[in-house]
Amino acid sequence: MRLITHNMLKCHVKNCTDPDKQFPLRFKDVQLEQIEADRNDEFLVRMLPRIDWAALLKTAKELNIELPDKVPESPADDGEFLSTLHTVILETHVKDGSMVCDGCGHEYKITNGIPNMLLAEHEI
Amino acid sequence: MKLKLFEEYLGDVIAFKEPKIQLEQYPTSAHLASRILYTAENTYGDIDGKAVVDLGCGCGMLSIAACIMGASSVVGIDIDHAALETAQENIDEFDTGGTVDLIQASICIETSDGLLALNEDLTFRMSKKFDTAILNPPFGTKPGNKGIDTLFLQAACAMTRNAVYSLHKTSTRDYIVRKAKSWGFECDVLAELKFDIPMMYKFHKKKSVDVGVDLVRLYRKSG
Ligand SMILES: C[S@@+](CC[C@H](N)C(=O)[O-])C[C@H]1O[C@@H](n2cnc3c(N)ncnc32)[C@H](O)[C@@H]1O
Ligand SMILES: [Zn+2]
Repeated sequence: MRLITHNMLKCHVKNCTDPDKQFPLRFKDVQLEQIEADRNDEFLVRMLPRIDWAALLKTAKELNIELPDKVPESPADDGEFLSTLHTVILETHVKDGSMVCDGCGHEYKITNGIPNMLLAEHEI
Repeated sequence: MKLKLFEEYLGDVIAFKEPKIQLEQYPTSAHLASRILYTAENTYGDIDGKAVVDLGCGCGMLSIAACIMGASSVVGIDIDHAALETAQENIDEFDTGGTVDLIQASICIETSDGLLALNEDLTFRMSKKFDTAILNPPFGTKPGNKGIDTLFLQAACAMTRNAVYSLHKTSTRDYIVRKAKSWGFECDVLAELKFDIPMMYKFHKKKSVDVGVDLVRLYRKSG
C-alpha cells in the first residue's frame, strides 16, 4: 500500500468517534519499500487537493520521511516539490506491519502490502 | 494497444482458486474486461492518467486492465483475503510498477434488522478521491445479500468525480437508472450481455444459468 492510499483510511470501529484520533492511522513496526513509478505531473497536481496534507505530514514524520510543512503556492511550477510528492505518495510502499488507531487502539494488520480493514462483529 | 492483444494479455490473469459462492465470486473474463476498459479509455478517456477504484476487485482482473490502459493509480477493494492474495500474485506477475494497491474491507455492513447498508465509516475518507470507478459487483442473489449490487454502485458513485463502469442485471435497469439520478448521475447502457453464472441459485438443478446483464456507464450531471 502506498501513502496516497493510507491517506484515505480511517478507523471505523463502532464506538470510536473522535475524528482527530481516528485519522490518520499510525504505522507500527512497518517495513517500507520504494518502487519506482512513472511521474505524471498533471496527475500529481490534480491529486493534491484530494490529499489531507496535515495527515500526510504527520505520517511522513513518523516514518522519517521529509516533506514540506505547506504545499507551495503554485505546485504545478515546482518541480522539486512534485518530485518529492511523487516519491512520498506514489513510490513509498508499506509492506508489512500494522496501523494503529489513536482513538480506540485498534490495530489493523498489513500483510504482503494489503491492509486488513475488516472488523469483528462486536466492533461494527 | 490493439484490443486483441489487450485481451490476450489479460488471459494470463489467474481467477479465483476456490470461489466462494456466498460472496458471488465469479471472475470477469479477459474478453469482457478488455472491452470494458478499452471502451472506457478509447471512447471516454476515463482511464489514462486517472485515479481508479475497483470495488469487489476479486483477483484483480479489472484493476490490472485499468493499469494496462494507463491508469496512474488504482485501488482494489475486496472482502476476501484469499482473492486478494491471488490478486497480488497477478499484480506481481504483470509488473504494474506498484500502481495497484489492495485493501481488504467490506463495502457493506449488516444492520441490526438484518439488512445491508453502506459501510459509510470506511468509505467516508474515500469520498470523491478517484476519477473513475470500475466494478463487477455481486448481484445480490445469495441469501442475505439483497441490494448489495446497488450499495456497491452507490459507494462507487460517492468515491468518484467522473464516471462509474458497472455491471447489473438487465432486469434491474429501471431501478438502477432511478437510483443513479438520485445520486446526481446519468446512466447510459453501453452494452447488453449474457452472463453464464455458475451455481447462481441453489434451487436450480443446472450447473449454471444465463443472466441478462447491462454494462452501464454512470457520469456526474454537469453543474
Ligand atoms: C462478481 S465478483 C467480481 C470479481 C472481480 N471484480 C472480477 O471482475 O473478476 C464479486 C467480488 O465482490 C467481492 N465481495 C463480495 N461481497 C463483498 C463485500 N461486502 N465487500 C467487498 N467485496 C465483496 C467478492 O469477494 C468478489 O471478489
Ligand atoms: Zn479507532
